[in-house]
Amino acid sequence: MTVALVNGSGCLDALIAPGVAAQLDAFVTKTITPEPREGNPPVRIAETEAGMLNSIGLQGPGIAVFLSDTLPALAALGLRVWVSVGGFSAPDYAGICERLDGRPDVEVIELNLSCPNVEEAPESSAQIVAACRASTTKPLYAKLSPATSDIGESARAVVAAGADGLTLVNTIRGMALDPLSLKPKLARGFGGYSGPALKPVALACVSACARAVDVPIVGLGGVRSGQDALELVAAGASVVSLGTVLFADPTAPERIRRELRHESTARGYPDPLAARGVANSG
Amino acid sequence: MIGPVAGATGEVVRVTGTEAIGPYTLLRVAAGTIEPGVPGQFFMLHPPGHVLPRPMSLCLAEAGELCFLIDPIGPGTRTLCDLSVGESLHVLGPLGNGFDLTVLRPLIVGGGIGVAPFPFVAQVLGRPPAILGFRSAHHAEAAALVPGAEVVLDPVLVTSLLPEDPMDVLACGPEPMLEAVRQRAPRAQLAWEAPMGCGYGACYGCVVEVDGRLQRLCVAGPVLRAA
Repeated sequence: MTVALVNGSGCLDALIAPGVAAQLDAFVTKTITPEPREGNPPVRIAETEAGMLNSIGLQGPGIAVFLSDTLPALAALGLRVWVSVGGFSAPDYAGICERLDGRPDVEVIELNLSCPNVEEAPESSAQIVAACRASTTKPLYAKLSPATSDIGESARAVVAAGADGLTLVNTIRGMALDPLSLKPKLARGFGGYSGPALKPVALACVSACARAVDVPIVGLGGVRSGQDALELVAAGASVVSLGTVLFADPTAPERIRRELRHESTARGYPDPLAARGVANSG
Repeated sequence: MIGPVAGATGEVVRVTGTEAIGPYTLLRVAAGTIEPGVPGQFFMLHPPGHVLPRPMSLCLAEAGELCFLIDPIGPGTRTLCDLSVGESLHVLGPLGNGFDLTVLRPLIVGGGIGVAPFPFVAQVLGRPPAILGFRSAHHAEAAALVPGAEVVLDPVLVTSLLPEDPMDVLACGPEPMLEAVRQRAPRAQLAWEAPMGCGYGACYGCVVEVDGRLQRLCVAGPVLRAA
Protein backbone atom coordinates (compact mmCIF):
# COMPACT_ATOMS: atom_id res chain seq x y z
CA MET A 1 0.00 0.00 0.00
CA THR A 2 1.09 3.49 -0.71
CA VAL A 3 -0.51 6.79 -1.50
CA ALA A 4 -2.10 6.64 -4.95
CA LEU A 5 -2.06 9.72 -7.18
CA VAL A 6 -5.03 10.57 -9.37
CA ASN A 7 -6.16 13.68 -11.26
CA GLY A 8 -8.93 16.01 -10.30
CA SER A 9 -12.01 15.55 -12.48
CA GLY A 10 -11.91 17.95 -15.40
CA CYS A 11 -8.19 18.61 -15.07
CA LEU A 12 -6.97 16.16 -17.70
CA ASP A 13 -8.14 14.60 -20.97
CA ALA A 14 -6.47 11.18 -21.09
CA LEU A 15 -7.40 10.68 -24.73
CA ILE A 16 -5.61 13.88 -25.78
CA ALA A 17 -2.69 13.50 -23.35
CA PRO A 18 -2.28 9.78 -22.58
CA GLY A 19 1.33 10.37 -21.56
CA VAL A 20 0.15 12.47 -18.62
CA ALA A 21 -2.59 10.01 -17.61
CA ALA A 22 -0.12 7.12 -17.72
CA GLN A 23 1.78 8.71 -14.82
CA LEU A 24 -1.28 8.41 -12.57
CA ASP A 25 -2.47 5.42 -10.54
CA ALA A 26 -6.00 6.00 -11.81
CA PHE A 27 -7.61 8.44 -14.23
CA VAL A 28 -10.67 10.40 -13.12
CA THR A 29 -12.92 11.39 -16.04
CA LYS A 30 -14.45 14.78 -16.64
CA THR A 31 -17.90 14.78 -15.04
CA ILE A 32 -20.41 12.78 -17.10
CA THR A 33 -23.96 14.10 -17.31
CA PRO A 34 -27.14 12.44 -18.64
CA GLU A 35 -27.19 14.52 -21.84
CA PRO A 36 -24.41 16.11 -23.93
CA ARG A 37 -23.46 19.57 -22.66
CA GLU A 38 -21.71 22.34 -24.53
CA GLY A 39 -20.64 23.97 -21.27
CA ASN A 40 -20.46 27.64 -20.44
CA PRO A 41 -19.57 30.39 -22.94
CA PRO A 42 -16.03 31.82 -22.93
CA VAL A 43 -14.27 33.52 -21.15
CA ARG A 44 -13.99 30.43 -18.95
CA ILE A 45 -10.74 30.79 -17.02
CA ALA A 46 -8.82 33.52 -15.23
CA GLU A 47 -5.67 33.48 -13.17
CA THR A 48 -5.80 35.24 -9.80
CA GLU A 49 -3.08 36.20 -7.35
CA ALA A 50 -2.84 32.73 -5.79
CA GLY A 51 -4.93 30.43 -7.93
CA MET A 52 -7.29 30.33 -10.85
CA LEU A 53 -10.99 30.43 -11.59
CA ASN A 54 -12.74 28.11 -14.01
CA SER A 55 -16.24 28.22 -15.35
CA ILE A 56 -16.30 25.30 -17.76
CA GLY A 57 -19.84 24.20 -16.90
CA LEU A 58 -19.56 20.41 -17.27
CA GLN A 59 -18.85 20.31 -21.02
CA GLY A 60 -19.11 16.72 -22.14
CA PRO A 61 -20.62 14.15 -24.49
CA GLY A 62 -23.28 12.75 -22.16
CA ILE A 63 -23.50 9.21 -20.81
CA ALA A 64 -24.50 7.47 -24.06
CA VAL A 65 -21.46 8.62 -26.05
CA PHE A 66 -19.28 8.19 -22.98
CA LEU A 67 -20.26 4.51 -22.78
CA SER A 68 -20.03 3.85 -26.52
CA ASP A 69 -16.87 5.82 -27.35
CA THR A 70 -14.97 7.35 -24.44
CA LEU A 71 -14.92 4.49 -21.95
CA PRO A 72 -13.69 1.85 -24.43
CA ALA A 73 -10.97 4.25 -25.60
CA LEU A 74 -9.87 4.89 -22.02
CA ALA A 75 -9.85 1.17 -21.27
CA ALA A 76 -7.77 0.56 -24.40
CA LEU A 77 -5.11 2.85 -22.93
CA GLY A 78 -4.86 0.45 -19.99
CA LEU A 79 -5.92 3.07 -17.47
CA ARG A 80 -7.76 2.38 -14.24
CA VAL A 81 -10.85 4.51 -14.73
CA TRP A 82 -12.78 6.43 -12.10
CA VAL A 83 -15.91 8.02 -13.54
CA SER A 84 -17.07 11.38 -12.24
CA VAL A 85 -20.86 11.59 -12.36
CA GLY A 86 -22.97 14.74 -12.36
CA GLY A 87 -26.57 15.73 -12.85
CA PHE A 88 -29.37 18.05 -11.88
CA SER A 89 -31.44 15.69 -9.75
CA ALA A 90 -30.99 12.48 -7.76
CA PRO A 91 -32.54 10.39 -10.57
CA ASP A 92 -29.97 11.92 -12.99
CA TYR A 93 -27.10 10.67 -10.83
CA ALA A 94 -28.71 7.31 -10.08
CA GLY A 95 -29.52 6.70 -13.75
CA ILE A 96 -25.88 7.14 -14.77
CA CYS A 97 -24.68 4.95 -11.89
CA GLU A 98 -27.02 2.21 -13.02
CA ARG A 99 -25.60 2.35 -16.55
CA LEU A 100 -22.02 2.25 -15.23
CA ASP A 101 -22.76 -0.60 -12.83
CA GLY A 102 -22.23 -3.43 -15.29
CA ARG A 103 -19.06 -2.00 -16.83
CA PRO A 104 -16.03 -3.90 -15.54
CA ASP A 105 -13.67 -1.13 -16.77
CA VAL A 106 -15.11 1.33 -14.21
CA GLU A 107 -13.29 1.03 -10.91
CA VAL A 108 -14.83 3.83 -8.87
CA ILE A 109 -17.75 6.22 -9.31
CA GLU A 110 -17.15 9.71 -7.96
CA LEU A 111 -20.30 11.74 -7.40
CA ASN A 112 -19.70 15.39 -8.24
CA LEU A 113 -22.11 16.81 -5.67
CA SER A 114 -20.63 20.25 -5.65
CA CYS A 115 -19.90 21.77 -9.06
CA PRO A 116 -19.92 25.53 -8.45
CA ASN A 117 -20.63 26.31 -12.12
CA VAL A 118 -24.04 24.73 -12.73
CA GLU A 119 -27.42 24.59 -11.04
CA GLU A 120 -27.53 22.37 -8.00
CA ALA A 121 -29.83 19.38 -7.64
CA PRO A 122 -32.77 20.03 -5.30
CA GLU A 123 -32.02 16.98 -3.16
CA SER A 124 -29.42 16.87 -0.41
CA SER A 125 -26.07 15.21 -1.03
CA ALA A 126 -27.11 12.33 1.23
CA GLN A 127 -30.32 11.79 -0.74
CA ILE A 128 -28.35 11.68 -4.01
CA VAL A 129 -25.84 9.22 -2.53
CA ALA A 130 -28.68 7.01 -1.27
CA ALA A 131 -30.29 6.95 -4.73
CA CYS A 132 -26.95 6.03 -6.32
CA ARG A 133 -26.26 3.40 -3.66
CA ALA A 134 -29.47 1.66 -4.69
CA SER A 135 -28.30 1.72 -8.34
CA THR A 136 -24.79 0.31 -8.20
CA THR A 137 -22.46 -1.93 -6.24
CA LYS A 138 -19.41 0.01 -7.49
CA PRO A 139 -17.43 1.94 -4.88
CA LEU A 140 -19.06 5.39 -4.54
CA TYR A 141 -16.99 8.42 -3.61
CA ALA A 142 -18.79 11.64 -2.70
CA LYS A 143 -17.04 14.84 -3.83
CA LEU A 144 -17.99 17.57 -1.40
CA SER A 145 -17.80 21.34 -1.48
CA PRO A 146 -15.70 23.11 1.14
CA ALA A 147 -18.35 25.85 1.24
CA THR A 148 -20.22 24.52 4.24
CA SER A 149 -20.12 25.33 7.91
CA ASP A 150 -19.63 21.75 9.15
CA ILE A 151 -18.11 19.46 6.53
CA GLY A 152 -17.68 16.68 9.11
CA GLU A 153 -21.45 16.56 9.40
CA SER A 154 -21.79 16.42 5.58
CA ALA A 155 -19.31 13.54 5.59
CA ARG A 156 -21.25 11.59 8.21
CA ALA A 157 -24.47 12.08 6.25
CA VAL A 158 -23.13 10.85 2.90
CA VAL A 159 -21.31 7.91 4.50
CA ALA A 160 -24.49 6.93 6.36
CA ALA A 161 -26.27 7.09 2.98
CA GLY A 162 -23.82 4.61 1.50
CA ALA A 163 -20.73 6.48 0.27
CA ASP A 164 -17.60 4.31 0.37
CA GLY A 165 -15.20 7.23 0.26
CA LEU A 166 -14.88 11.00 0.05
CA THR A 167 -13.18 13.36 -2.38
CA LEU A 168 -12.21 16.61 -0.67
CA VAL A 169 -12.45 19.30 -1.88
CA ASN A 170 -14.16 20.65 -4.94
CA THR A 171 -13.40 24.21 -6.02
CA ILE A 172 -14.97 27.04 -4.08
CA ARG A 173 -16.95 29.78 -5.85
CA GLY A 174 -14.94 32.90 -6.62
CA MET A 175 -14.88 35.97 -8.82
CA ALA A 176 -12.21 38.04 -10.56
CA LEU A 177 -12.65 41.52 -11.99
CA ASP A 178 -10.94 43.17 -14.90
CA PRO A 179 -8.84 45.93 -13.34
CA LEU A 180 -9.89 48.54 -15.91
CA SER A 181 -13.56 47.84 -16.61
CA LEU A 182 -14.27 46.46 -13.11
CA LYS A 183 -16.47 43.84 -14.78
CA PRO A 184 -16.09 40.10 -14.15
CA LYS A 185 -13.38 38.44 -16.21
CA LEU A 186 -15.46 35.28 -16.63
CA ALA A 187 -18.50 35.30 -18.93
CA ARG A 188 -20.68 33.75 -16.22
CA GLY A 189 -19.38 36.22 -13.64
CA PHE A 190 -18.05 33.63 -11.20
CA GLY A 191 -16.19 30.35 -11.30
CA GLY A 192 -14.60 27.62 -9.22
CA TYR A 193 -11.47 28.74 -7.39
CA SER A 194 -8.55 26.31 -7.37
CA GLY A 195 -4.80 26.28 -7.04
CA PRO A 196 -2.39 27.10 -4.20
CA ALA A 197 -4.88 29.26 -2.28
CA LEU A 198 -7.15 26.24 -1.82
CA LYS A 199 -4.59 24.12 0.07
CA PRO A 200 -5.32 25.35 3.61
CA VAL A 201 -9.05 24.92 2.92
CA ALA A 202 -8.49 21.36 1.69
CA LEU A 203 -6.30 20.52 4.69
CA ALA A 204 -8.98 21.69 7.12
CA CYS A 205 -11.75 19.78 5.32
CA VAL A 206 -9.74 16.56 5.01
CA SER A 207 -8.79 16.77 8.65
CA ALA A 208 -12.38 17.39 9.80
CA CYS A 209 -13.72 14.51 7.73
CA ALA A 210 -10.96 12.11 8.75
CA ARG A 211 -12.01 12.73 12.36
CA ALA A 212 -15.71 12.33 11.52
CA VAL A 213 -15.73 9.15 9.42
CA ASP A 214 -13.52 6.14 8.76
CA VAL A 215 -13.46 5.84 4.94
CA PRO A 216 -10.82 6.43 2.26
CA ILE A 217 -10.34 10.10 1.48
CA VAL A 218 -9.07 11.52 -1.81
CA GLY A 219 -7.42 14.81 -0.90
CA LEU A 220 -7.13 17.60 -3.41
CA GLY A 221 -6.68 21.32 -3.38
CA GLY A 222 -3.58 23.27 -4.31
CA VAL A 223 -1.09 20.41 -4.41
CA ARG A 224 2.04 21.52 -6.23
CA SER A 225 4.72 19.41 -4.58
CA GLY A 226 5.41 16.19 -2.70
CA GLN A 227 5.41 18.24 0.49
CA ASP A 228 1.87 19.44 -0.25
CA ALA A 229 0.78 15.85 -0.96
CA LEU A 230 2.33 14.63 2.30
CA GLU A 231 0.49 17.33 4.23
CA LEU A 232 -2.85 16.18 2.80
CA VAL A 233 -1.98 12.62 3.83
CA ALA A 234 -1.08 13.84 7.32
CA ALA A 235 -4.49 15.51 7.47
CA GLY A 236 -6.15 12.19 6.62
CA ALA A 237 -6.06 11.61 2.85
CA SER A 238 -5.24 8.13 1.57
CA VAL A 239 -5.19 9.18 -2.09
CA VAL A 240 -3.91 12.52 -3.41
CA SER A 241 -5.41 14.18 -6.44
CA LEU A 242 -3.73 16.73 -8.72
CA GLY A 243 -5.65 19.50 -10.41
CA THR A 244 -4.42 22.95 -11.37
CA VAL A 245 -0.75 21.88 -11.16
CA LEU A 246 -1.27 19.66 -14.22
CA PHE A 247 -1.99 22.72 -16.37
CA ALA A 248 1.47 24.17 -15.77
CA ASP A 249 3.39 20.90 -15.43
CA PRO A 250 2.37 17.80 -17.40
CA THR A 251 5.13 15.88 -15.62
CA ALA A 252 3.64 16.70 -12.19
CA PRO A 253 2.43 13.17 -11.27
CA GLU A 254 5.87 11.59 -11.62
CA ARG A 255 7.60 14.53 -10.00
CA ILE A 256 5.22 14.71 -7.06
CA ARG A 257 5.35 10.92 -6.51
CA ARG A 258 9.15 11.13 -6.37
CA GLU A 259 9.06 14.14 -4.04
CA LEU A 260 6.41 12.52 -1.82
CA ARG A 261 8.57 9.45 -1.31
CA HIS A 262 11.57 11.63 -0.54
CA GLU A 263 9.71 13.91 1.88
CA SER A 264 8.03 11.07 3.76
CA THR A 265 11.24 9.04 4.05
CA ALA A 266 13.00 12.12 5.40
CA ARG A 267 10.40 12.24 8.19
CA GLY A 268 10.70 8.56 9.10
CA TYR A 269 7.83 7.21 7.00
CA PRO A 270 9.21 4.83 4.38
CA ASP A 271 5.63 4.50 3.09
CA PRO A 272 3.88 7.88 2.94
CA LEU A 273 0.62 6.19 3.92
CA ALA A 274 2.11 5.61 7.37
CA ALA A 275 1.85 9.37 7.88
CA ARG A 276 -1.90 9.26 7.35
CA GLY A 277 -3.72 11.26 10.00
CA VAL A 278 -0.67 12.28 12.05
CA ALA A 279 -1.93 15.88 11.95
CA ASN A 280 -5.08 14.79 13.78
CA SER A 281 -3.65 13.01 16.81
CA GLY A 282 -2.35 14.43 20.06
CA MET B 1 13.59 14.67 -24.90
CA ILE B 2 10.08 13.33 -25.49
CA GLY B 3 7.65 14.60 -22.86
CA PRO B 4 4.24 13.38 -21.79
CA VAL B 5 2.49 15.75 -24.21
CA ALA B 6 2.73 14.38 -27.76
CA GLY B 7 4.92 16.40 -30.08
CA ALA B 8 5.95 18.86 -27.38
CA THR B 9 8.93 19.19 -25.10
CA GLY B 10 8.83 20.82 -21.68
CA GLU B 11 12.05 22.30 -20.39
CA VAL B 12 13.34 24.98 -18.05
CA VAL B 13 15.29 27.32 -20.31
CA ARG B 14 17.37 30.45 -19.83
CA VAL B 15 16.62 33.90 -21.12
CA THR B 16 19.33 34.90 -23.60
CA GLY B 17 18.06 38.34 -24.53
CA THR B 18 15.26 40.85 -24.25
CA GLU B 19 14.65 43.69 -26.66
CA ALA B 20 12.00 46.41 -26.61
CA ILE B 21 10.22 46.74 -29.96
CA GLY B 22 7.69 49.55 -29.69
CA PRO B 23 5.49 48.65 -26.70
CA TYR B 24 6.33 44.95 -27.09
CA THR B 25 9.23 42.87 -25.81
CA LEU B 26 11.07 40.31 -27.92
CA LEU B 27 12.04 37.62 -25.43
CA ARG B 28 14.84 35.30 -26.51
CA VAL B 29 15.38 31.99 -24.73
CA ALA B 30 17.83 29.13 -25.24
CA ALA B 31 15.99 26.49 -27.23
CA GLY B 32 17.51 23.55 -25.35
CA THR B 33 15.93 20.44 -26.83
CA ILE B 34 12.70 22.26 -27.75
CA GLU B 35 11.89 22.18 -31.47
CA PRO B 36 10.54 25.34 -33.14
CA GLY B 37 7.72 23.46 -34.84
CA VAL B 38 5.62 24.96 -37.63
CA PRO B 39 4.83 28.70 -37.84
CA GLY B 40 1.52 29.40 -36.10
CA GLN B 41 2.04 26.71 -33.47
CA PHE B 42 2.40 27.99 -29.92
CA PHE B 43 4.33 27.45 -26.72
CA MET B 44 3.29 27.72 -23.07
CA LEU B 45 5.63 30.11 -21.25
CA HIS B 46 5.36 29.96 -17.47
CA PRO B 47 5.99 33.35 -15.87
CA PRO B 48 7.91 32.64 -12.64
CA GLY B 49 5.66 33.08 -9.60
CA HIS B 50 2.40 32.66 -11.51
CA VAL B 51 -0.06 29.77 -11.31
CA LEU B 52 -0.62 29.32 -15.04
CA PRO B 53 1.59 29.44 -18.12
CA ARG B 54 0.77 31.78 -21.03
CA PRO B 55 0.34 30.78 -24.70
CA MET B 56 2.69 32.51 -27.16
CA SER B 57 3.26 31.79 -30.82
CA LEU B 58 6.87 31.54 -31.92
CA CYS B 59 8.05 34.80 -33.47
CA LEU B 60 11.49 33.79 -34.70
CA ALA B 61 13.52 30.58 -34.69
CA GLU B 62 17.21 31.35 -34.64
CA ALA B 63 20.21 29.10 -34.10
CA GLY B 64 19.73 27.59 -30.63
CA GLU B 65 17.15 30.23 -29.71
CA LEU B 66 13.40 30.64 -29.61
CA CYS B 67 12.03 34.21 -29.73
CA PHE B 68 8.61 35.36 -28.57
CA LEU B 69 7.03 38.78 -29.12
CA ILE B 70 5.07 39.66 -26.00
CA ASP B 71 2.57 42.43 -25.33
CA PRO B 72 2.56 43.29 -21.61
CA ILE B 73 -1.21 43.40 -21.14
CA GLY B 74 -1.49 41.84 -17.68
CA PRO B 75 0.47 40.55 -14.69
CA GLY B 76 1.67 37.35 -16.42
CA THR B 77 2.83 38.96 -19.64
CA ARG B 78 4.43 41.80 -17.65
CA THR B 79 6.44 39.23 -15.68
CA LEU B 80 7.57 37.65 -18.94
CA CYS B 81 8.59 41.03 -20.38
CA ASP B 82 10.48 41.91 -17.20
CA LEU B 83 12.66 38.77 -17.26
CA SER B 84 16.39 39.43 -17.40
CA VAL B 85 19.11 37.61 -19.28
CA GLY B 86 20.16 34.54 -17.30
CA GLU B 87 16.81 34.06 -15.55
CA SER B 88 14.95 30.80 -16.19
CA LEU B 89 11.41 29.86 -17.10
CA HIS B 90 9.55 26.70 -18.10
CA VAL B 91 8.56 26.41 -21.75
CA LEU B 92 6.37 23.67 -23.27
CA GLY B 93 5.85 23.25 -26.99
CA PRO B 94 5.37 23.30 -29.87
CA LEU B 95 1.61 22.85 -29.43
CA GLY B 96 -1.49 23.01 -31.61
CA ASN B 97 -1.84 23.28 -35.38
CA GLY B 98 0.15 25.88 -37.30
CA PHE B 99 -0.25 27.41 -40.75
CA ASP B 100 -0.26 25.25 -43.86
CA LEU B 101 2.55 26.95 -45.80
CA THR B 102 2.23 24.79 -48.92
CA VAL B 103 -0.27 27.32 -50.32
CA LEU B 104 0.46 28.79 -53.77
CA ARG B 105 0.15 32.54 -53.15
CA PRO B 106 0.56 33.34 -49.47
CA LEU B 107 -0.37 36.79 -48.18
CA ILE B 108 0.32 37.72 -44.56
CA VAL B 109 -2.31 39.87 -42.83
CA GLY B 110 -1.56 40.88 -39.25
CA GLY B 111 -3.05 43.27 -36.73
CA GLY B 112 -1.31 44.57 -33.60
CA ILE B 113 0.37 41.85 -31.53
CA GLY B 114 -1.07 39.48 -34.16
CA VAL B 115 2.16 40.20 -36.02
CA ALA B 116 3.85 37.77 -33.60
CA PRO B 117 3.87 34.54 -35.69
CA PHE B 118 4.73 36.23 -39.00
CA PRO B 119 8.48 36.83 -38.71
CA PHE B 120 8.79 33.01 -38.44
CA VAL B 121 6.41 32.60 -41.42
CA ALA B 122 8.56 35.06 -43.39
CA GLN B 123 11.70 33.13 -42.38
CA VAL B 124 10.24 29.91 -43.77
CA LEU B 125 8.63 31.33 -46.93
CA GLY B 126 11.30 33.80 -47.99
CA ARG B 127 9.76 37.23 -48.40
CA PRO B 128 6.01 36.77 -48.83
CA PRO B 129 3.79 39.85 -49.31
CA ALA B 130 2.50 41.17 -46.01
CA ILE B 131 -0.02 43.74 -44.77
CA LEU B 132 0.27 44.78 -41.14
CA GLY B 133 -1.99 47.14 -39.21
CA PHE B 134 -1.17 48.89 -35.96
CA ARG B 135 -2.76 51.27 -33.48
CA SER B 136 0.14 53.76 -33.63
CA ALA B 137 3.55 54.35 -35.13
CA HIS B 138 5.03 53.20 -31.83
CA HIS B 139 3.26 49.82 -32.13
CA ALA B 140 4.22 49.67 -35.82
CA GLU B 141 7.91 49.38 -34.91
CA ALA B 142 7.20 45.64 -34.77
CA ALA B 143 6.62 45.68 -38.54
CA ALA B 144 10.41 45.75 -38.97
CA LEU B 145 10.37 42.06 -38.00
CA VAL B 146 8.57 41.28 -41.29
CA PRO B 147 10.78 42.63 -44.09
CA GLY B 148 8.91 44.35 -46.90
CA ALA B 149 5.55 44.52 -45.14
CA GLU B 150 3.05 47.23 -46.06
CA VAL B 151 1.94 49.03 -42.91
CA VAL B 152 -1.31 50.82 -42.13
CA LEU B 153 -2.10 52.78 -39.00
CA ASP B 154 -5.40 53.23 -37.20
CA PRO B 155 -8.01 54.18 -38.47
CA VAL B 156 -6.99 52.58 -41.80
CA LEU B 157 -7.92 48.89 -41.81
CA VAL B 158 -5.72 46.11 -43.16
CA THR B 159 -8.67 44.85 -45.19
CA SER B 160 -8.59 48.10 -47.20
CA LEU B 161 -5.30 46.90 -48.75
CA LEU B 162 -6.52 43.40 -49.59
CA PRO B 163 -6.35 42.79 -53.36
CA GLU B 164 -9.49 41.88 -55.34
CA ASP B 165 -8.49 38.24 -55.24
CA PRO B 166 -7.03 38.02 -51.74
CA MET B 167 -4.92 34.94 -52.49
CA ASP B 168 -4.07 32.53 -49.69
CA VAL B 169 -4.32 34.79 -46.66
CA LEU B 170 -2.53 33.86 -43.45
CA ALA B 171 -4.05 36.11 -40.77
CA CYS B 172 -3.56 36.81 -37.08
CA GLY B 173 -5.00 39.69 -35.13
CA PRO B 174 -7.98 40.88 -33.12
CA GLU B 175 -11.28 39.08 -33.66
CA PRO B 176 -13.00 41.87 -35.63
CA MET B 177 -10.06 41.86 -38.05
CA LEU B 178 -10.23 38.08 -38.43
CA GLU B 179 -13.97 38.27 -39.05
CA ALA B 180 -13.45 40.97 -41.72
CA VAL B 181 -10.72 38.89 -43.37
CA ARG B 182 -12.96 35.84 -43.28
CA GLN B 183 -15.62 37.74 -45.24
CA ARG B 184 -13.17 38.77 -47.94
CA ALA B 185 -11.02 35.65 -48.12
CA PRO B 186 -12.85 32.37 -47.62
CA ARG B 187 -9.65 30.37 -48.17
CA ALA B 188 -7.85 32.26 -45.40
CA GLN B 189 -6.12 30.54 -42.52
CA LEU B 190 -6.89 32.44 -39.33
CA ALA B 191 -4.80 32.22 -36.16
CA TRP B 192 -7.12 32.83 -33.19
CA GLU B 193 -6.29 33.74 -29.63
CA ALA B 194 -7.89 32.72 -26.34
CA PRO B 195 -6.88 32.63 -22.70
CA MET B 196 -5.46 29.15 -22.09
CA GLY B 197 -4.83 27.28 -18.87
CA CYS B 198 -2.73 24.39 -20.12
CA GLY B 199 -2.29 24.44 -23.91
CA TYR B 200 -2.66 20.65 -24.23
CA GLY B 201 -6.39 19.94 -23.99
CA ALA B 202 -6.64 19.39 -20.25
CA CYS B 203 -8.52 22.40 -18.89
CA TYR B 204 -11.26 23.16 -21.46
CA GLY B 205 -10.64 26.83 -20.77
CA CYS B 206 -9.81 28.03 -24.30
CA VAL B 207 -12.95 27.13 -26.22
CA VAL B 208 -14.02 29.18 -29.22
CA GLU B 209 -16.97 28.62 -31.51
CA VAL B 210 -15.84 26.63 -34.55
CA ASP B 211 -18.44 25.41 -37.05
CA GLY B 212 -21.20 26.19 -34.56
CA ARG B 213 -19.63 24.19 -31.73
CA LEU B 214 -17.42 25.21 -28.83
CA GLN B 215 -14.05 23.59 -29.42
CA ARG B 216 -10.77 23.75 -27.53
CA LEU B 217 -8.59 26.18 -29.47
CA CYS B 218 -5.41 24.49 -28.23
CA VAL B 219 -6.44 21.20 -29.84
CA ALA B 220 -8.49 22.31 -32.87
CA GLY B 221 -6.34 25.40 -33.57
CA PRO B 222 -4.97 27.92 -33.02
CA VAL B 223 -4.93 28.17 -36.83
CA LEU B 224 -8.37 27.47 -38.32
CA ARG B 225 -9.72 27.66 -41.85
CA ALA B 226 -11.99 30.64 -42.54
CA ALA B 227 -14.62 28.49 -44.22
